[in-house]
Amino acid sequence: MIPLWMYLLVAAGMFSIGVYGVLARRNAVAILMSVELMLSAVNINLIAFWRYMAPENMAGQAFAAFVFVVAAAEAAVGLAIIISVYRSRRSVVVEDVNLLKG
Amino acid sequence: MLELNAQTIAFFIFALFALGGALGVVTSRNLIHGALYLIVSLFGGAGFFVLLSAPFMAVVQVLVYIGAIAILIIFAVMLTRGMTQMSEILNRQWWMSAIVGVLLFVMLGLGVILPVWGENGINPNRPVSDNVATTEDLGVALVDGNQYVLPFQVASLLLTGAMIGAIVLARDTE
Repeated sequence: MIPLWMYLLVAAGMFSIGVYGVLARRNAVAILMSVELMLSAVNINLIAFWRYMAPENMAGQAFAAFVFVVAAAEAAVGLAIIISVYRSRRSVVVEDVNLLKG
Repeated sequence: MLELNAQTIAFFIFALFALGGALGVVTSRNLIHGALYLIVSLFGGAGFFVLLSAPFMAVVQVLVYIGAIAILIIFAVMLTRGMTQMSEILNRQWWMSAIVGVLLFVMLGLGVILPVWGENGINPNRPVSDNVATTEDLGVALVDGNQYVLPFQVASLLLTGAMIGAIVLARDTE
């Protein structure tokens, strides 16, 4: 069986790459894709800990299922906001969305 | 040390998919390519779920993430045409973001992974039990009054609210 830390290492790598994408990319769609990467990495962690620490308890899988639900809702609302912003400002670069800037 | 069997080989292939796809997402200039790399990365995650004996989660990963979210992102890329090929894909603080990402990885390694590393870790390299809960148990737990029936209902309410909100936000006002 693969040791637990290898799953955690891959998930930590995915999460860190996602953080870099969120902070560094200019396109809002790319930022949303990086957020999806981070959520997916969290799910790998949840399922890995569930399998190794408490495989008879349903908590890990149930939490992962709720993360899926939140990810789907976040993607739908986020992309709707991006399309709405693109319609009004002809841009999805986050630096161009500065209406609230003082 | 690791014995070389089918499971280990599958793990490394899926790890390559997950990490390579993730790198492709944050580095690709063309967003359609980025979305395809995202699909590769999420497929690697689905493979991990199969190896971790959570087949239902793997199916949900393929259906919800690859089947719905990735396609939604491709639609958004197509609807915001002209933005897919930007000359500068990174902002001015990209090097600081890279430092933050590397630091976060190091901190996760020291704080979370090191305590479970090796034979002397808090928990062994093997699962505590091979008696794994099945998909049927998950289904029962989600509708059991003593377990997750309330979060389950709240999740469906959240999805309904998000769908209505998305329609309202993206609707053409004219």
